Amino acid sequence: MKMLFLLLTVVSMPVFAAGGSLHLDDVDIDMSDTASLQRGAGLFVNYCLSCHSAAYMRYQRMSEDLQIPKEVVEDNMMFTADRIGGLMKSTMPADDAKKWFGKAPPDLSLIARSRGPEWIYTYMRSFYLDDNSPSGWNNVLFEKVAMPHVLYNLQGARHAVFKKDEHGVEVFDHFEMVKPGSMNEDEFDSAVRDLTNFMVYLAEPARMVRYKLGVYVLIFLAIFFVFAYLLKKEYWKDVH
Amino acid sequence: MEKIVAWIDDRFPMTKVWEEHMAKYYAPSNFNFWYYFGSLAILMLVLQIVTGIFLTMHYKPDAELAFASVEYIMRDVPWGWLMRYLHAVGASMFFIVVYLHMFRALIYGSYRGPRELIWIFGMVIFIALMAEAFMGYLLPWGNMSFWGAQVIISLFGAIPYVGDGLVEWLRGDFVISDATLNRFFAFHVIAVPLVLVILVFLHIVALHKVGSNNPDGIEIKKNKDENGIPVDGVPFHPYYTVKDIVGVIVFLMVFSAIIFFAPEMGGWFLEKDNFTPADPLTTPPHIVPLWYFTPYYSILRAVTWEWLPGGAKLWGVIAMGASLVVLFFLPWLDKSPVKSIRYRGGIFKAALAIFIVAFIMLGWLGTQPAEGINTILAQIGLFIYFAFFLLMPIYTRLDKTKPVPERLT
Amino acid sequence: MSEQNVNKGRRRMLTLATSAIGAVGAGFAVTPFVLSMTPSARARAAGAPVEVDFSKLEEGVLLTVEWQGKPVWIVKRSDAMMQKLATLSDLLSDPDSEVESQQPSYAQNVARSQETHPNISVMVGICTHLGCSPIEKFAVGPASDMGDDWPGGYFCPCHGSKFDMAGRVYKNVPAPTNLPVPPFRFLSETQILVGENPEEGKA
Repeated sequence: MKMLFLLLTVVSMPVFAAGGSLHLDDVDIDMSDTASLQRGAGLFVNYCLSCHSAAYMRYQRMSEDLQIPKEVVEDNMMFTADRIGGLMKSTMPADDAKKWFGKAPPDLSLIARSRGPEWIYTYMRSFYLDDNSPSGWNNVLFEKVAMPHVLYNLQGARHAVFKKDEHGVEVFDHFEMVKPGSMNEDEFDSAVRDLTNFMVYLAEPARMVRYKLGVYVLIFLAIFFVFAYLLKKEYWKDVH
Repeated sequence: MEKIVAWIDDRFPMTKVWEEHMAKYYAPSNFNFWYYFGSLAILMLVLQIVTGIFLTMHYKPDAELAFASVEYIMRDVPWGWLMRYLHAVGASMFFIVVYLHMFRALIYGSYRGPRELIWIFGMVIFIALMAEAFMGYLLPWGNMSFWGAQVIISLFGAIPYVGDGLVEWLRGDFVISDATLNRFFAFHVIAVPLVLVILVFLHIVALHKVGSNNPDGIEIKKNKDENGIPVDGVPFHPYYTVKDIVGVIVFLMVFSAIIFFAPEMGGWFLEKDNFTPADPLTTPPHIVPLWYFTPYYSILRAVTWEWLPGGAKLWGVIAMGASLVVLFFLPWLDKSPVKSIRYRGGIFKAALAIFIVAFIMLGWLGTQPAEGINTILAQIGLFIYFAFFLLMPIYTRLDKTKPVPERLT
Repeated sequence: MSEQNVNKGRRRMLTLATSAIGAVGAGFAVTPFVLSMTPSARARAAGAPVEVDFSKLEEGVLLTVEWQGKPVWIVKRSDAMMQKLATLSDLLSDPDSEVESQQPSYAQNVARSQETHPNISVMVGICTHLGCSPIEKFAVGPASDMGDDWPGGYFCPCHGSKFDMAGRVYKNVPAPTNLPVPPFRFLSETQILVGENPEEGKA
């Protein structure tokens, strides 16, 4: 029995760390922080949904899970679906998107599961001005990304400063603020954390219930175990 | 009540079956931790079949719809997420249970005569289970599903002359496509499960014919009392039913902990790249089969010796096939006079320990890129794997065994 | 094996307790499987209330719309049709719509419609016998093929059930109850929302 637990502990260590040389920043994911999820939902529908879709998610589910009143969702958050039971589609037709960005922006429903929350949190905070890029923006984490910095009026516009490492390879050193946005650095980090938190929820709405349910299931099994164990002991008195 | 039982017994051997296989099936009284995994494997088989049936009610085996239908199950179907996690995590749990069950056979010599057929049925179950898991893994139609299937099916292309044609025939297309998905679905939901159920039935029939082995490797049937009941046996029911219930509960606690708190198991049970839909134009940075295949995947990749006639690719496939085939011969490779590890000498214990380390190392290497030191380590692992089996007739004869007692300890 | 010191009472107690907990557990375990077969969020979204504009609908013509995948009939009944409804009681098996499950309380009247718009009939067009969709037989008398006395109504081709212009079922036909009236409310003089009662929504 001990071995099994040992095996499980060893095995649960993350193995497939995301590739790439840049350090990913940790982000606090908390499904019980409803206020953060609500703010994240606001950012998501305003800044992301105009180009991306989250086509596996229904507005109604979001309204119920995040305790956002139905009327608020219907009046302020639904730009694409005509019914609250509808899916979170993008406002931009896929063909246009392909023309403008070179490729259609990916659906974001599952991005937090395929990339990981740390990646999103770091990525959204790694944009910088780049004259050589068609959109005018580049990203330290995702070089030559087609996506522009949609949150720049919040974060402000920055230059990236590179230095040469011991092998003479250009590596990222730090950012320099060119034109500040409406938020300072802490406020912006907190906003991106809200957005990331929401996207983790978006990738797996079942998260809202599975932790709570899991506790009850384990408590039930523990009670069951006590009785089953006593019963086994009782019968095995005959043998030992 | 008695009347009903009598009525049925006149028409169907209900009581007889119950007594033969439960109430008067005498099992050795000294089963330990390792003997839980047989009943747990049956539990997993049932659970996979039941959750599978319910998933089939909502899943669409169509390349255009498959990925979305899995997300539909995860989000829109009431409790669908639970069915899906039970099934997907269940696959990994099934393999954990089966590997531990096989390890039990290895340490206590459960494959030895007169239980050779039980072992052979078990090995066929193991291979059928691998096929089942492999085909099931294509169904979510994620990018890792797609490329995993692409790589494994391409293996068959290594077979001389017929390889290319065979690969096309298996896929039903020139790439992994809707046709492949559809046929894998057919195999996964009915053909292979049917075979598995029949094999498990045969496995148990064979077991109950000869009786269970035990940690001492002693035949309890050789020592019977005046009523013909083995002195060291206890009726399976109630003694092992109540004991197995405890095992099942503990197992379910571990299982639930994973399902509810870490269904992805850090990428071991649900891979990140499989949350992106299948894309025939973009291969994931490195393709990793699920953990239960990685030891064999490592053996496949370890063969890099281009001078072999027919090329390294062909011999990689042969090595992988041979690593499974050799297991079938285990009952006849072991020449030791004793069954259980308890009465074996140091040579066997050392050989087994080295084998287990090599097997786990191969499994680990299968998740890593095949480059540099990894390839050399995998080659060492491959050598140990085959040496363990092929040298067994020699070292088990040389091994100094201890005397086996008459009665269970 | 020694069986002399067996405490039978304790053994039975524990067996019962463990079985009881096991049964409860099995009940819990079965629940998600049963519930997974209920309509999904997609099905429920598709079954959401439907807005219908009937401004172009002529008197005595059947308009069929889909709601929850079922045909819903909307008819603007003529004055002649309305007058006849009150005279049919003897032929009908539930003339006063007393079976409550078949209509919301606000449609429990002779015309089976809302008081504000008595001539507008809204019904689910599914026969209460075995689920076929009846056909309209609005014509009166011989022209209907339904006999000379036919006052106009609906006829189910599967097993011959007959209903009047308010969907009330005739006596001596297989269908047991009147055709169901779904919840509906008027959004304007020419628009209704099928699937929602008048009271709710406009809070």
